[in-house]
Amino acid sequence: MTAQPFVMPPPHPKERRIIFENISQPGYDPSIDTFIKHGGYESLKKALTMKPVEIIDAVKASNLRGRGGAGFPCGVKWSFIKHDDGKPHYIVVNGDESEPGTFKDRYILHYDPHQLIEGLVISAYATNTHLSYIYIRCEFPEAAGIVWNAIEEAKARGFVGKNILGSGFDCDIYVHQGAGAYICGEETSLLESLEGKRPYPRIKPPYFPAVLGLYMKPTIVNNVETICHVKHILRLGPEEYAKMGTPGDGGTRTMCVSGDVVKPGFYELPAGAVTLGELIFDICGGLKPGRKLKAVIPGGSSAKVLRAEEIFKVKVKGADGQMVDKEIKMLDVVMDAATLGSVGSMIGSAGVIVMDDTREMVWALNNLNQFYAHESCGQCTPCREGSLWMSKITTRMLDGGGQGADPKTLQNVADNIAGRTVCAFGEACAWPTQSFLAKFPEEFEAVAAEK
Amino acid sequence: MSATATEVPMLHVQVDGEWKQFPKGTRLIEACMKSGQFVPHYCYHPKLSSPGNCRMCLVEMGMPKMTPDRKPVLGEDGKPEIGWSPRPVISCATEISEGMGVRTSSPLVEECRKGVMEFLLINHPLDCPICDQAGECRLQEFSVEYGKGESRFVEEKVKKPKRQDIGPRIVLDDERCIMCSRCIRFMQEVAKDDVLGFVNRGSHTTLTVYPGKSLDSNYSLNTVDICPVGALTSKDFRFSMRVWFLRETKTIDVNCGTGANILIGSRENVIHRITPRENDFVNSCWIPDNHRLNFHYVNSAERLKDPAVRGEESPVKWPRAIQAAADQLRKNPGATALIASARLTNEELFLAKRLASALGSELFDVLPRPQKGDGFLISQDGNPNTSGAKLLGLATGRLAEIAAGVSTGKIKTLLVLGEEATDCGISAADLEKLDSLVVTGILPDQTTARATVLLPAASWAEKRGTMINIKGRIQRLNRAVSSPGQARDDWEILRDLIQAVGGSNGIYTIEEVFKQLAAETPALAGLSLGKIGDLGVDLKMTKSE
Repeated sequence: MTAQPFVMPPPHPKERRIIFENISQPGYDPSIDTFIKHGGYESLKKALTMKPVEIIDAVKASNLRGRGGAGFPCGVKWSFIKHDDGKPHYIVVNGDESEPGTFKDRYILHYDPHQLIEGLVISAYATNTHLSYIYIRCEFPEAAGIVWNAIEEAKARGFVGKNILGSGFDCDIYVHQGAGAYICGEETSLLESLEGKRPYPRIKPPYFPAVLGLYMKPTIVNNVETICHVKHILRLGPEEYAKMGTPGDGGTRTMCVSGDVVKPGFYELPAGAVTLGELIFDICGGLKPGRKLKAVIPGGSSAKVLRAEEIFKVKVKGADGQMVDKEIKMLDVVMDAATLGSVGSMIGSAGVIVMDDTREMVWALNNLNQFYAHESCGQCTPCREGSLWMSKITTRMLDGGGQGADPKTLQNVADNIAGRTVCAFGEACAWPTQSFLAKFPEEFEAVAAEK
Repeated sequence: MSATATEVPMLHVQVDGEWKQFPKGTRLIEACMKSGQFVPHYCYHPKLSSPGNCRMCLVEMGMPKMTPDRKPVLGEDGKPEIGWSPRPVISCATEISEGMGVRTSSPLVEECRKGVMEFLLINHPLDCPICDQAGECRLQEFSVEYGKGESRFVEEKVKKPKRQDIGPRIVLDDERCIMCSRCIRFMQEVAKDDVLGFVNRGSHTTLTVYPGKSLDSNYSLNTVDICPVGALTSKDFRFSMRVWFLRETKTIDVNCGTGANILIGSRENVIHRITPRENDFVNSCWIPDNHRLNFHYVNSAERLKDPAVRGEESPVKWPRAIQAAADQLRKNPGATALIASARLTNEELFLAKRLASALGSELFDVLPRPQKGDGFLISQDGNPNTSGAKLLGLATGRLAEIAAGVSTGKIKTLLVLGEEATDCGISAADLEKLDSLVVTGILPDQTTARATVLLPAASWAEKRGTMINIKGRIQRLNRAVSSPGQARDDWEILRDLIQAVGGSNGIYTIEEVFKQLAAETPALAGLSLGKIGDLGVDLKMTKSE
């Protein structure tokens, strides 16, 4: 099965394509021959000469953070797995890319599946894992076929399966397709789904995947892009790789920019290399003619919205190492985990949603609220009832039925969800409401007052 | 306590400012409750796993502050200082750990509960006036205790299926369901018949039964008991009585040798329902459906209400009936047999044995009821008091001999206590051969129809007394309703018969019967009805001590 031909535009000078290096090449196709021609599986050969702990140390030294949204340091996550605990380990690749505004993993899965497989086998070797799953969302049926095919190709060449490249290391990989639920991107609900159950997120504690994961065995769940990076850490060396990013956030990040910009798309940039302003105006060609920037959601739809004219007071480390107060304008916010965290939002999945002055914020929030109300799994009370309630309120406001108490009610409902749910979906569905209300109170009050 | 209890380390937990000790492995909610701090909850059930989904039991939790070298920081009182987590935690799924602190009623906790209550109510139909659960509904109770008292919800409620026939004994109202999943977990974890589940998503989540399956487990009605709201209702009890009118009587199930502990809910002398009563030594919190529903015959209009003596105009008065019975029983010494029942209480069996000896009869037995148990709460013994009958020497294994004696005419007088003689191998025709047939019973059958003296007795729900289950646990029955018409307690009938046959015996109350019984039975030495209590006493344990 082959996907539609895909031609990536030439890279912007600020881009550094590692993950998308192959895909950028004209005529690149997902076959194993093409992959090998471009240096494929060389990192795996190198990995098999290393000790597993050396690979984990390299990943730690690379400062690679998870690319799925939570941004957990990857090497630290791996080191939770005890190499010789006598239990089966699993690696599950989270290919349930479904955060609105995020569209990077789908290109890897469709156009460069061997990159993922190579990264996965290396990761499996590092964590003494002999069985791995690639969980692909229901909405990527073609990708599932492509990845299956790639696994078969890799098996035939001895990169997957028994005694990989004569090393004595075995690793099988299976593709599992989801049934169409956003919540399956939450790692513990993904595991439930993989086990054939209704995907209800598990309570943590005690069900941390590294301890009680798939089939209650130690399990690593990593995003597609994260696993791909592993291959490049070995290829470039962890120091070289880490140098591309900021301290604590190594390597490149694929920023997915959507919304009201001239050139939406995904851009692979060294972590922290650009500011929000540079991303929007320099790389994405700015806003459409005559439009003004109004708001940006910087890290996937759950991330808290930033207002264009906002000035953030943050504490940063000065030249003498002391923390000093600093004011940053919204457009000067550096696109890395630390800076976005300090301005009250997050880098998340790096899905940047840009909104210009034609966008009404009640409408924008209602769009998100409807999504979250539709996707709440319904397991726990606050999210199940609260997400639909918020959606009903904003829908009614848009339909001209606004009531004076609506902004206050919305705020309180969101406050009653965040921090009180089984999984992070609670925050994901509350943060948009909380941040839109905080950043654009006048719009909500105006719509609420309409009769 | 037993040896295992001392092996479990005790951990220190601060509950609302007071330090307490609990065994390792205790769930935080249980530690709070044991400390006298009630934590409201819906999904948590002590006998089921903790899914942590209702979020009603959110509390503030903290761990001891640590110095850089991992030693707890001690406060002025010498106790560890607690660093409180800014996020509330669910107390149902949190295990206690050393030095943990919990606040069960801080402003944050109260805010959390208000929030959850509001969320649970916004899409609830609020049809309390016609809901069977009203009066014992957690949603109602916690609304009063922890709710906001007013609604801000002005939207349309979510519509869901109502009056779903999901099993032979259960009706489901999905709009009332709060998705606590207790019923699902009960069917998975206890009944081992995983037929319930949720479909759809978010606020549209709907409890249902697996397509093509039915909630027909013989334990299905336990889901109605543990449903904290009125989503699952019993077809048998539905719309029968408002629960606040029900008087609850603690007694035991007499449908098999397990002796499950139950509550009888009755009003104005009519039994409306039976629900399980927790006893971890016997039945946990559960009972089988067929046992629970087997009470309607107690309310039956067919009940025997008046004593009768053949050849005399009915109804006769008790003194006449007792006299007639005594006369007939004494008439054929050496040709008199007694069939008692292992469904009778120890007190009744004790008096039955006395009566037999007063009559000089040594031929007596009870009807055994071996059956296929279900490996859970239905025992392989269909009698509730075989152990008592054995202990008191009533189970002699001579039933066939009695039947043969009736058939050959060797036995001329037969006293049958609470059994159908035709179930005991005696044909109806053989019964006709008897000179005298004195019978106690509660419903008409082939034996009562042929009685020369009929003495209407009390059902199990109408009497006090004790029974010993198959595991050797002695437990109490209590009177929920009174017997219809002139029907009397069996022990009183037997006492009067003994008196009529052999003179006064100094027994005037059931307590006195038990006192004499305990005095003559080493296994019951030192016990009284009061000491047996609501949960019973393991006789083997008493013996070894």
